[in-house]
Amino acid sequence: MKKYYLFFRLRFAAGIQYRMAAVTALTTQLVWGIMECLAYKAVDKASCGGMPMDYSAIVSYIWLKEAFLALFNTWAADNDLFEMIKSGDISYELCRPLSVYAMWFSRNVGGRVSEALLRCVPVLLCAIVMPGPYRLGPPVSAEVFGLFLLTVVLGLGVTVAFCMLVYMLCFFTISPQGWRMVFTGGVDFLSGHLIPLPFFPAKYLRVAQNLPFAYMHNVPFRIYSGDLAGKEILPAVLGQVFWLLALIFAGLLVWKLAEKKIVIQGG
Amino acid sequence: MKNVRKTLTLYCKYASVCVKSAMEYKMSFLLMITGRFLLTFTEFIAIRFLFSGLREIKGYSYGDVLLCFSIIQMSFTFAELFGNGFKAFSGMVKRGEFDRILLRPVSPILQIMGTRFEIGRVGPMITAVITLWLGIQESHVLRNPWACVTIALMISGGTVLFISLFILGASFCFFSIQDTSLINVLTYGAKTHGKYPVDIYGKGILSFCTYVIPYTLIQYYPLQYLLGKSDQWSLSLCPLGAGVFLIICYGVWRLGVRNYKSCGS
Repeated sequence: MKKYYLFFRLRFAAGIQYRMAAVTALTTQLVWGIMECLAYKAVDKASCGGMPMDYSAIVSYIWLKEAFLALFNTWAADNDLFEMIKSGDISYELCRPLSVYAMWFSRNVGGRVSEALLRCVPVLLCAIVMPGPYRLGPPVSAEVFGLFLLTVVLGLGVTVAFCMLVYMLCFFTISPQGWRMVFTGGVDFLSGHLIPLPFFPAKYLRVAQNLPFAYMHNVPFRIYSGDLAGKEILPAVLGQVFWLLALIFAGLLVWKLAEKKIVIQGG
Repeated sequence: MKNVRKTLTLYCKYASVCVKSAMEYKMSFLLMITGRFLLTFTEFIAIRFLFSGLREIKGYSYGDVLLCFSIIQMSFTFAELFGNGFKAFSGMVKRGEFDRILLRPVSPILQIMGTRFEIGRVGPMITAVITLWLGIQESHVLRNPWACVTIALMISGGTVLFISLFILGASFCFFSIQDTSLINVLTYGAKTHGKYPVDIYGKGILSFCTYVIPYTLIQYYPLQYLLGKSDQWSLSLCPLGAGVFLIICYGVWRLGVRNYKSCGS
């Protein structure tokens, strides 16, 4: 366990280096957050209070999404891994007496957590001093906050496990970036990044809820604001656990396949 | 005149080389186009879903928003297609490639725009065409020849505006070696949030988009005429103002080139 923790530490230390990039990211996320809040304000007015989510729930959804973007996005993949596969450095990874899957998994989590920690604090600080209706409110209760933390961890696991599957694809194709782009397009939408899932019409929502993407950030962010509450919480959390295990299992299976036919092409 | 023709021939040559090199990796090329198409197409679906519960937002119907979305998408795609070189410019400076460009007896702008002509960026164009067609069918758009001219002006004005912003962003590389991707807020931000007419976001944003970065010239004002909200046909000439913005950004670029000190290797 300790070795995996060290991989996490290493990636964490590397990630914390880029400070100017953090300033840029903060500005971007604030602008995005404010614009989305304003857009939904107009939607709220237009629908005369008939929106599928409360306005305050949407505001906290938006701010949490911006604050924890690094944890849940599927497009900012760990480019080192793609580079390793392309350059042939992957052979060094294979030589290590460790599980490659677990090693990459912990690296990926480390990269995401370091980025998120650096970025979430300023975004959250700005979000709680926003004027009036655009302010990020506190979680509904202490238990809800606990559940929020638990589901964030599970959601992060689901996201990383899914990304691992995409990484594994690199072993079977020479254009991994293209595949990644195709996946990103779909996942962004199905995970509720473009619009929160409750805005989906009922029959599409049913489809989306049977896919792993609904168990990434959709669950924790809606629990936080109390939009997902009561009886609905348990199936959501169980869904997260199920998809986490299923995706890890699938990833390990694909890795076993890849390992057998691996050809090192680089020098 | 002869000069212009020579420049254009050279540009076409650059572009054809870039297209050929992209075609060497057909699978990758197709995936890139599909991926970029999906990214924008899902945005269109999102608008559709959002409108499933309501009839209009601040007086704009579903079709009106689609029209606005498609025009912005199309302008941005054209701008990325032709102005991609400026987006990748900071890398050129870092690697010292710009020194090489300055040594050649052809305009640097031509070389920057020509060498990074990326045909793989046309994916969103598919979405843009579909939504433009749907938007024209379902919106309150005026049905006269002048409306066609207005749409064409908006798209070309938008392209010019986005290219100007790319040039402005590239110019920052001359003044700072820090990460200069801050400009992306203005380009990608406008692309993402420009799908709604800007007055949806309220007065503050409307004035920012008029007086700081003139997005409204290519979006809000001509749209008022196009959707029959205003009788002043002169509003449809607003996109021409993007030309002025281009001149300003070009001025900043020239200033930067004059100050350029090599830092690459």
